[in-house]
Amino acid sequence: MGGAGGREPILAVNNLEVAYGAGIVVLRGASLRVETGTIVALLGANGAGKTTLLRGVSGLLPTHRGEVVGGTVMLAGERIERMAAPNIVRRGLAQVMEGRRIFAELTVDENLRAGAYTRRDRGEVHRTYELVMSMFPVLERRRQQQAGYLSGGEQQMLAIGRALMASPRLLLLDEPSLGLAPLIVQQIRDIIVQINSTGTSVLLVEQNATMALSIAHHGYVMQNGRIMKEGPAEELLADEEIREFYLGVGEAGRRSFRDLKVRRRHRWSA
Amino acid sequence: MTKFLELCVQGIATGAQYALVALGFVIIYRATGVINFAQAGFVVLGAYLAYDFHITLGVPFYPALALAMLAGALIGVIVEATVLRRLVGQPPFVVIMITIGVLTIIEQIVPTIWGANPLPLGDPWGVKSKKVGDIVLRVSDLWTIGIVFGVVVLFFLFFRYTKFGVAMRATAVDLEAALAQGISVRGVVAVSWAIAGMVAALAGVTLAGGGAGVRPDIELVAFAAFPAIILGGLDSPGGAVVGGLIIGLAQSLTAGYQPEYASWLGQGFNLVMPYFVMIIVLMVRPYGLFGQRQVRRA
Repeated sequence: MGGAGGREPILAVNNLEVAYGAGIVVLRGASLRVETGTIVALLGANGAGKTTLLRGVSGLLPTHRGEVVGGTVMLAGERIERMAAPNIVRRGLAQVMEGRRIFAELTVDENLRAGAYTRRDRGEVHRTYELVMSMFPVLERRRQQQAGYLSGGEQQMLAIGRALMASPRLLLLDEPSLGLAPLIVQQIRDIIVQINSTGTSVLLVEQNATMALSIAHHGYVMQNGRIMKEGPAEELLADEEIREFYLGVGEAGRRSFRDLKVRRRHRWSA
Repeated sequence: MTKFLELCVQGIATGAQYALVALGFVIIYRATGVINFAQAGFVVLGAYLAYDFHITLGVPFYPALALAMLAGALIGVIVEATVLRRLVGQPPFVVIMITIGVLTIIEQIVPTIWGANPLPLGDPWGVKSKKVGDIVLRVSDLWTIGIVFGVVVLFFLFFRYTKFGVAMRATAVDLEAALAQGISVRGVVAVSWAIAGMVAALAGVTLAGGGAGVRPDIELVAFAAFPAIILGGLDSPGGAVVGGLIIGLAQSLTAGYQPEYASWLGQGFNLVMPYFVMIIVLMVRPYGLFGQRQVRRA
């Protein structure tokens, strides 16, 4: 499972606490690690605090009036929890935000150029560009088109390609499969594996737990701003609770949704 | 026909000035969402600074113009860094009131330093005119058109082909996503104010040139750019230019023909015409001719 042993993890989040505005606490001491070279899945229901955790890592809290009020975030051993987003990108972290967030009025090429904003070496940027184009042939055909006219799946690929243009050591993906057809989800899945195989570490936030755990090395489950469970992906895949709440299959077979909800409250709150 | 062509050239020149002022508004609006009423003040300051560099300090005219534009950029950056940056996240109404406050301060400073009387700008254009066939054209109008055209082309190239220009457009579309790409939004905002200050100074100089002189009431002309902005769409630089030209042409053609053909509208109807055009356009297209057309898929 990746860099076990002495090697420093690419990302270590320790007891991170985040509050929005006048004291709405969303993260209450969440910790997780992404070992260098691995894919880590972060699962959890809506409102569990997954996106907030990503924002805390990538420096995007201030735009939401959020603030790290406790804990640390280490990127390859360097503390970044209070660093501005551009400086974090420069240190090798790129994020694909939920909802794709491509620059709709810009062309595909311009979106990709914006992704390489922090890089100086033109030759290297061009090499990354060629790589992204070979990874996403659909984008190649639409280079000069306005990005807003791409299909949902193509926009997601553009968002991932744009993040890759920064040549990140660690890629954060927030719900890349959201709202996409199963076939496209398959493609996105394969692309994440391909990205990881070139050495980029990945932190993958997903509602689609089957997809996420099928490619992740390690997984975390969040609820109410805390990590409730963690373990190797195959263990989580086999875990009864996870199977019930995220994969929709459980020992009791088919049951009404209301029963599930009640049981969930029993097991994980308290 | 001669008269018509002359009026057209005059109108385009006036419209080009409106376009410059409007560009300043639009650039700040796109980067920050702020409607900067102090823009008109920047226009006045720019004209006076050019006067100081050229007449008071004796710098040749075109270098003095360049210096005034640099100084205008600096003023824009300073106003943003000292005043507007503290207001990030405040309601738009508060921010607008503050920019009106900045305008009021500039309005008071200018007569204190330079007095209220018109000062000669000493521009090489003066009141000279040029004859092309039967048509008599003012040299200052021709220069204004040329300069503004040049600036607009530079703008286009900057926003289209430079890394920073693309970053500025990206920030205008989605500020948070731009941050996530490592784009320094603070830098984008500062540069937006610098550009706004620069084009304002240039606009001020063209308004004070051609024998008009440097006067505090240049500000009023700058405000006449408002219909142009609304017409073109607050968030569209291209719209600012087209809107400016339409308003300029409408104004000059009205001034030329209305006393003759529609004298019952009274005197000075040309000053009302821009607002008239604006209201009609807004009834048909509320977001302006080129205002944000959504290209996002749901």
